[in-house]
Amino acid sequence: MTDSVTKNATAKNAATRNPAKDKTAVASEGGMDYLQSIPHKVVVIYIPLLIFLFVLLFPFYWMTVTSFKTNEELHAYRGLAALWVFEPTFENIRFLLFETEYPRWVWNTMFVTVTATFLSIFCAVCAAYAIERLRYKGARTIGMLIFLAYLVPPSILFIPLAIMVFALGIFDSNWALVLTYPTVLIPFCTWLLMGYFRSIPYELEECALIDGATRLQILVKIVLPLSVPGLISAGIFAFTLSWNEYIYALTFIASAENKTVPVGVLTELISFDVYNWGGLMAGAMLGSLPVAILYSFFVEHYVSSMTGAVKE
Amino acid sequence: MAAASDLTRTEVGLFERLRNNRNFLGLLFMLPAGVLLLVFLTYPLFLGVWLGLTDVKVGRPGRFIGLENYFWLFEDSVFWLSVFNTFLYTVVASIIKFVLGLWLAMILNNHIPFKAFIRAIVLMPFIVPTVLSALAFWWIYDSQDSVISWILIEMGLIDTTIDFLGQPNSARASVIAANIWRGIPFVAITLLAGLQTIPPSLHEAATIDGATDWQRFRHITFPLLTPIIAVVMTFSVLFTFTDFQLIWVMTRGGPINATHLMATLSYQRAIVGGSLGEGAAIATAMIPFLLSAILFSYFGLQRRKWQQGGRDD
Repeated sequence: MTDSVTKNATAKNAATRNPAKDKTAVASEGGMDYLQSIPHKVVVIYIPLLIFLFVLLFPFYWMTVTSFKTNEELHAYRGLAALWVFEPTFENIRFLLFETEYPRWVWNTMFVTVTATFLSIFCAVCAAYAIERLRYKGARTIGMLIFLAYLVPPSILFIPLAIMVFALGIFDSNWALVLTYPTVLIPFCTWLLMGYFRSIPYELEECALIDGATRLQILVKIVLPLSVPGLISAGIFAFTLSWNEYIYALTFIASAENKTVPVGVLTELISFDVYNWGGLMAGAMLGSLPVAILYSFFVEHYVSSMTGAVKE
Repeated sequence: MAAASDLTRTEVGLFERLRNNRNFLGLLFMLPAGVLLLVFLTYPLFLGVWLGLTDVKVGRPGRFIGLENYFWLFEDSVFWLSVFNTFLYTVVASIIKFVLGLWLAMILNNHIPFKAFIRAIVLMPFIVPTVLSALAFWWIYDSQDSVISWILIEMGLIDTTIDFLGQPNSARASVIAANIWRGIPFVAITLLAGLQTIPPSLHEAATIDGATDWQRFRHITFPLLTPIIAVVMTFSVLFTFTDFQLIWVMTRGGPINATHLMATLSYQRAIVGGSLGEGAAIATAMIPFLLSAILFSYFGLQRRKWQQGGRDD
């Protein structure tokens, strides 16, 4: 029985595609493009675009270049020549990896991020399925409340949470972050997954119910396989959000070995009056790499989830 | 014997009924998310309001002091400066983010080579941890070795390096610029998605009728984009208003409190200074503004559904 259900589900998989993607695909690409002459296009489109790209990417370029510079090259005034690195060195990266607790912070961030992401996705899947498909009494109100929860910013919660974290005895441990990050992640993921679940035809579930499947079986064997793109989107979003989180990590963690990358780089590497800019930039660059790499693999998912969630 | 079998039958029946009862199953499925959100979101929200009415300090339980914190804040010029800064920061950054974001979205809506790739790299500032890109900006704004100063000196535009973060007004401008830099991609990419849902036939019809580029923008693009603009800008305003990371990394509220936002002042007073009650009061003072932003978003959403003739769910 379950075999036929899954087969049925995979067959429909091709038909029910990511709704957000479909919407964007509808638009035709510049139908009246031929009306614009080439010089006009250069002035109106390409030059502004190049300026935008330059401004948006320059800080990353500068971050990377600085992290390979020696200390002398960093402070010697060279005019425009400063934009390039002439004596590249791995000293800053070596310093970061072997003389600071940077690897430890990366591990902490990784642990907290991955745990919080999976916890949030689990909660969000259950909640979104209940709201969207079980349609219990008051489901719509709860759905709206979850959307409102997404709008509650961490900056007004960190003080009471700090007191709670202390009272619970998890202050200065990874668990303080694992338990508080989902408050940011669950609302967004639930909202996103609700959109995906809505696009799955009811008939599939009805068939399964008639065949005697329980709700849990339906969720695991029909709904989840069909919403893999949504799960990936939610996962990527949750991952980057918790990798970026700062104020909770800054408030709830005190000892150097428990810090996350953003907090550690800022509080532990800046301890003297003369800043070690090379080391700081190397820390910023290496700390950005994991999210950047993950993002580059799933750009489409990320964009569709971001735009889809806003359009819902 | 007959009674016993009856009993078991009703018990099984009860279990069966529960298993198929929407409300019971709904409760069961909502439990993990519900518990986490109630304990770590709803409860602290009210706890924060309560703490604002006490004089709790780090390591010392507080007692109820009514609105005394708020009376203190009312007299406190630094608090009012932070309110002013927050509004300045939010209004200026949001407007510029919107204008530049819309412009970038309209550029990207054209037929250009490597569009997907360009769209992907445009989002980079939004992906990379804010703290780490703020660190890069801190270095770009360095008072001695700022790359901007170097380039401007090289071009002969200025003689001495600019002290970006050292003077109140230039510090404000600098942090606002960094915030804009981080916010443009979000606005641009979401508005681009909105632009792509506008049927090209409308533009074609208007062009045949002799509409200019500006008229097409003013009477087609903008009205159709309004609902999504409302939502995007609500998010943007909300996150700019409660911003903490950029300021804390680059200036810590300095110089002479010129860049303190309400969120950074709240952190400064509560965690650095130890007056949790006062910090909570400042955080609570942000709630009315947030509520108005949320209401705005709600009506924006309503309007959008009504406009497109969609269902109200």
